[in-house]
Amino acid sequence: MKRFTNDGVESQVVAPLLALDGISKSFGAVAALRDVRLELFGGEAHALVGENGAGKSTLVKILAGVHVPDAGTITLDGAPLPLSGPADARAAGIAVIYQEPTLFPDLTVAENIFMGRQPRRSLRRVDTARMRAGAAELFARLGVRLDPDRPARGLSIADQQLVEIVKAISLDARVLVMDEPTAALSGVEVERLFSVARSLRDAGTAVLFISHRLDEVFTLCERVTVLRDGRWVCTDPADAVSVDDVVRRMVGREVSAMFPERDPVAGPPRLRVRGLTRHGSFADVSFTVHSGEIVALAGLVGAGRSEVSRAIFGVDRYDAGEVVVDGARLPPGDTAAAIRAGLALVPEDRRQQGLVMELSVERNATLPRRWALTRAGLLFGGTERRAAADWVRRLRVKAGRLIDPVSTLSGGNQQKVVLAKWLATTPRVLIVDEPTRGIDVGTKADVHRLLARLAADGVAVLMVSSELPEVLGMADRVLVMREGRLVADLPRADADEETVMLAATRQAVGA
Amino acid sequence: MIVEAPPAEAPTSGARLARRAFVVRELGNALALVLLVAVTVAVNPRFLSAQNVKDLLLGATILATLAVGQAVVVITRNVDLSVGSILGLSAFATGSVLVASPGLPIPLVLLLGVALGAGLGAVNGGLIRGAQVPALVITLGTLYVFRGLDYLWAGSRQINAADLPAGFLRMGTGTVVGVPVLALFAVVVVVAVGYYLRNYRGGRELYAIGSEPAAARLSGIPTGRRVFAAFVASGALAGLAGVLHAARFGTLDANAGLNMELNVVAAVVVGGVAIFGGSGSVYGAALGAVLLTTIRAALPVLGISPFWQDATTGALILAAIGLDRVLSARVARRLREGKARG
Repeated sequence: MKRFTNDGVESQVVAPLLALDGISKSFGAVAALRDVRLELFGGEAHALVGENGAGKSTLVKILAGVHVPDAGTITLDGAPLPLSGPADARAAGIAVIYQEPTLFPDLTVAENIFMGRQPRRSLRRVDTARMRAGAAELFARLGVRLDPDRPARGLSIADQQLVEIVKAISLDARVLVMDEPTAALSGVEVERLFSVARSLRDAGTAVLFISHRLDEVFTLCERVTVLRDGRWVCTDPADAVSVDDVVRRMVGREVSAMFPERDPVAGPPRLRVRGLTRHGSFADVSFTVHSGEIVALAGLVGAGRSEVSRAIFGVDRYDAGEVVVDGARLPPGDTAAAIRAGLALVPEDRRQQGLVMELSVERNATLPRRWALTRAGLLFGGTERRAAADWVRRLRVKAGRLIDPVSTLSGGNQQKVVLAKWLATTPRVLIVDEPTRGIDVGTKADVHRLLARLAADGVAVLMVSSELPEVLGMADRVLVMREGRLVADLPRADADEETVMLAATRQAVGA
Repeated sequence: MIVEAPPAEAPTSGARLARRAFVVRELGNALALVLLVAVTVAVNPRFLSAQNVKDLLLGATILATLAVGQAVVVITRNVDLSVGSILGLSAFATGSVLVASPGLPIPLVLLLGVALGAGLGAVNGGLIRGAQVPALVITLGTLYVFRGLDYLWAGSRQINAADLPAGFLRMGTGTVVGVPVLALFAVVVVVAVGYYLRNYRGGRELYAIGSEPAAARLSGIPTGRRVFAAFVASGALAGLAGVLHAARFGTLDANAGLNMELNVVAAVVVGGVAIFGGSGSVYGAALGAVLLTTIRAALPVLGISPFWQDATTGALILAAIGLDRVLSARVARRLREGKARG
């Protein structure tokens, strides 16, 4: 066993199993990775940490063969490894567990695990019995009780994640990449996953582990690499650095400086949600957002946060409960009424829900206001342009010309156009879903400043966010959802990374 | 008394439930078919005469052959609207070849039709893969292009049964123990394709692609190649259907298979193949084809005006889709409820 140790001798001898050098990757104008290096050794667990947007997921997708790097080399056992597709990565023995499960809902759990490499019997037919037995055996190894014969549709996020893990383990991979595999798992399941990862590592597999939970990183991994803003910062033995060191290197600046100073004065209640229920998505959600308040809705992916915000805005119907804005009840499932009542929603997926990509910047910015801008039923170009120009200037959108299609802008500037579009309606309640996902640090600060100013002007802001620093830096109160239910309402003073994560992940007691 | 529940209890019921929904879906069509035939026979006992049954099977044969190919494509979350035109080209090509050289062995004729269809299917698949445009648009285009080629080639010419060799026409009318020879072709096609989809990696990957295309790519499935192959298969079966059409009718012009594509899609949908891919079977699609054909034959017997035929087909499609929604919603709900894992 050539376990890597930190005595400085063997590190000279052992060559890396997989090495990345000088990797760069850009998406349009946004550089996701710049000159990143990473060395993975067989029999070693290696942690990759960094803030959201630091480039971890891009790096994972390069290892998986999904993205081809613009520059740099990947070598496996010292030989160059060209990865032009996921099949190449698989053939090279690289298994990836993605942050978001990628299952086939119509197929059985066993088929999901073995898709593309099902065991075969005579005449090259798929051996269903052996496939089922193989899946059952892997589940037993993990101590998971899942029926290999059931379809993947309807599995909880945690169960889907377990299927992904079993899939990766079944590959007998030489390199196992885990992109936040524990985000949806309970403590027991995490422990099981770790024991499996350790046994794979001891059998010579190189493990790359990505997590926001630094305590897990230090439990499992021998070395830690930090990425920041798409750049490699450092790689250290885990026992040579402290959690504080790693956090400081991840952030690279004082955390507080990223968020504007605020002096919140909560006014009268603006948005009141009572007993909101949508079967299968969320149940009995009640909360209030006051004028001048920023309330964050935190929780894991799939906890039902976006669904709640969509139901409040009337995009989706709900089965029970009510939404009250400034004392008046909103009719369910009626976005037009929601807009009239002063609600605005900046959706999570701006490419699909927030913008009409082919239309010009100015058209997009004035879309929800087109009736207010009409004169005698006609929309005049001049009025439209003036209204758009005003907001584009205030938000510092970097656009060539206002008549260019929105699709030509960078992600951050697209997000600003979405904001401009809704701010132009002068909302009294603003719901923002992941307002800074996938945008650069500078623009993030712009967006945060803007939200703070709106709150100071008396707008009630409800912010759905998966980024804990953002939640903790911006919110006056933190609401936490777990599996469709509101499980915590924490005032700013009581909310820290630990309490929020604990509320978001605690497994239901009983059963 | 047993204190602890057996570990796999709840999940297994989920698997059973999903399977049962599938069976209910297929049984529903079979039941509808039996009911329809029973009612029609009660009104007119001659509906089940040997000749009538033979006509019915012959009618269903061509639709079922096309439906099998269409099902393969629909399972991958695509659609092939050009099958009627491919059938037309293949039928006229078959006639022309046989007029030119009547002595050609029948297996070779079949092979020619299949090869022509596969070639046209490859055009579809190649365009979809190359242009990255939805199959709906591409095959809508080739629907007209292929038909145009047919018109260009056939013009106003017509090939009559008298011009075709007797051996070939015998294939169209012959029976084996009462079952038309042509229907046997369809049976072989249904069983072979159904077996492939169920038991081979390539077949399972078609379901995977239709179920979640992004996940299919991440699992290293060559999605482009598989979808291309699905269109080649659909084209090949449409080509085969063209030869069967020529053998059955003998009279061939540029209009063979005109406007047939939507009937085929209807058979597939009625047969329980999800239009968004990932689930369904070719057995179901073939059964859908038989059901649609039987309805068309039964309505006149029942004294219902031809005007209502299309409306009935439409109602059946809506009923099938409604049933699918109800069943899948129920399964999904039960699976969610049953997820509590101890």
